[in-house]
Amino acid sequence: MNILAELRLTVVESLSELGAMAHFLLRLLAACPRALLKVDLITKQIYNCGALSLVIIMLSGLFVGMVLGLQGFELLQRFGSEEALGTAAAIGLVKELGPVVTALLFAGRAGTALASELGLMRATDQISAMEMMAVDPIRRVVVPRFLGGVISMPLLAAIFSVIGIYGAQLVGVQFMGVDSGSFWSQMRSGVGLRDINEGIVKSCIFGVFCSLIAVYEGYYATPTAEGVGRATTRTVVTSAVVILFLDYLVTAAFL
Amino acid sequence: MRKSTLDLGTGTFVLLGFAALFFLTTQTTSRGLSFGSSPHYDLIAKFDNIGDLKVGAPVSMSGVEMGRVAKIGFDPKEFKAVVTLRMEARFNQIPSDSDASIYTQGLLGGKFVGLTAGGADTYLKDKDHIDFTQSAFVLENLIGQLVANFAKSSATSDAAAAPKADAAAKSDVAPKADAAPKSGTVPKGPAAVPVPKTETNP
Repeated sequence: MNILAELRLTVVESLSELGAMAHFLLRLLAACPRALLKVDLITKQIYNCGALSLVIIMLSGLFVGMVLGLQGFELLQRFGSEEALGTAAAIGLVKELGPVVTALLFAGRAGTALASELGLMRATDQISAMEMMAVDPIRRVVVPRFLGGVISMPLLAAIFSVIGIYGAQLVGVQFMGVDSGSFWSQMRSGVGLRDINEGIVKSCIFGVFCSLIAVYEGYYATPTAEGVGRATTRTVVTSAVVILFLDYLVTAAFL
Repeated sequence: MRKSTLDLGTGTFVLLGFAALFFLTTQTTSRGLSFGSSPHYDLIAKFDNIGDLKVGAPVSMSGVEMGRVAKIGFDPKEFKAVVTLRMEARFNQIPSDSDASIYTQGLLGGKFVGLTAGGADTYLKDKDHIDFTQSAFVLENLIGQLVANFAKSSATSDAAAAPKADAAAKSDVAPKADAAPKSGTVPKGPAAVPVPKTETNP
């Protein structure tokens, strides 16, 4: 009986969490048009979310691509078709690994920064102070961060994919001796614009959800040191699960 | 001073991002730099069976790519696949009695349309039809044909082999004796009209 009651409570809580998040998203979207006029604020957030994540994204992309090149070569060699490495690496990176790994890294690098920053603003009453001064904190603080994340994410994913392809090329062509010409030409004939579109759509969707979760958790964090910590943790955990779930949905929709 | 670093960082990041997107769309796909549509004209060819020919497959003559498959439709009256070939405008001197065949790239690669030049003095224009076509080479049919030939040659008594050979012959798309090249549409039995459901993709 106790377990049932607890289960019911959990379900109710998670449902209301979902509803609150949807409501928050609508508020953000409603505030977007006017916040878009404040270009400075958005630029600063693109810098925070995107430009500062560049190094980790590029390094990860390079290594993911190199691993893909190595594993792909190992596997394709068995069938004597190591020239297909370019296609395999490019499709894997553009469609799946690029958007997903970038989103996971983005949640870890930028999402946590957003959540803890907003949570600390909440804990130190800066958000309440803004409300006192009749400045809408959503429009002034939250929406620029949200938009910064949404804009950065597809760009980061594209950079990740390109660096990854060069990583695969580095291992495949330079180390393992796959023919450079067939590596690129097979990639060109094997990858369609549709695959690129799928990657871009995915990364845009992940960008919206990662940023939303981060600003939501930060904005509604319990205003204590512990609460900020919890908000940060929840950002990463929720983002990771949501990204992988949505990845499945979008892939299924594109097939 | 701080403001300018911020702008520089953001600018570099956004530039890199768009450069990456540009690279992905132009360098990893076969699209190249062609934005919008370059000058082209369309040719129409009807095939009995296109196998797994896809939209976007290359159209080539003597191995030189001259265009792409723009559209694949179906003619419900003749039960044929209607393939629209989008040819680049600079290749505008294709003789009007040229024929189109569907070939396979490599052993298990994708299909492409190969044109073989005819000898006519007139050239194909926009929306012209290519009259001579040859269907895709479908592995199952070839095997069926082989089995049929085998059955025919190994059967010493007609009475015993007749039903088997008949059944096998029905599954042929192009009986070899009738399928002379350039015979236009290849004759075949009604059983082979639909495109085979099983794809021979690797």
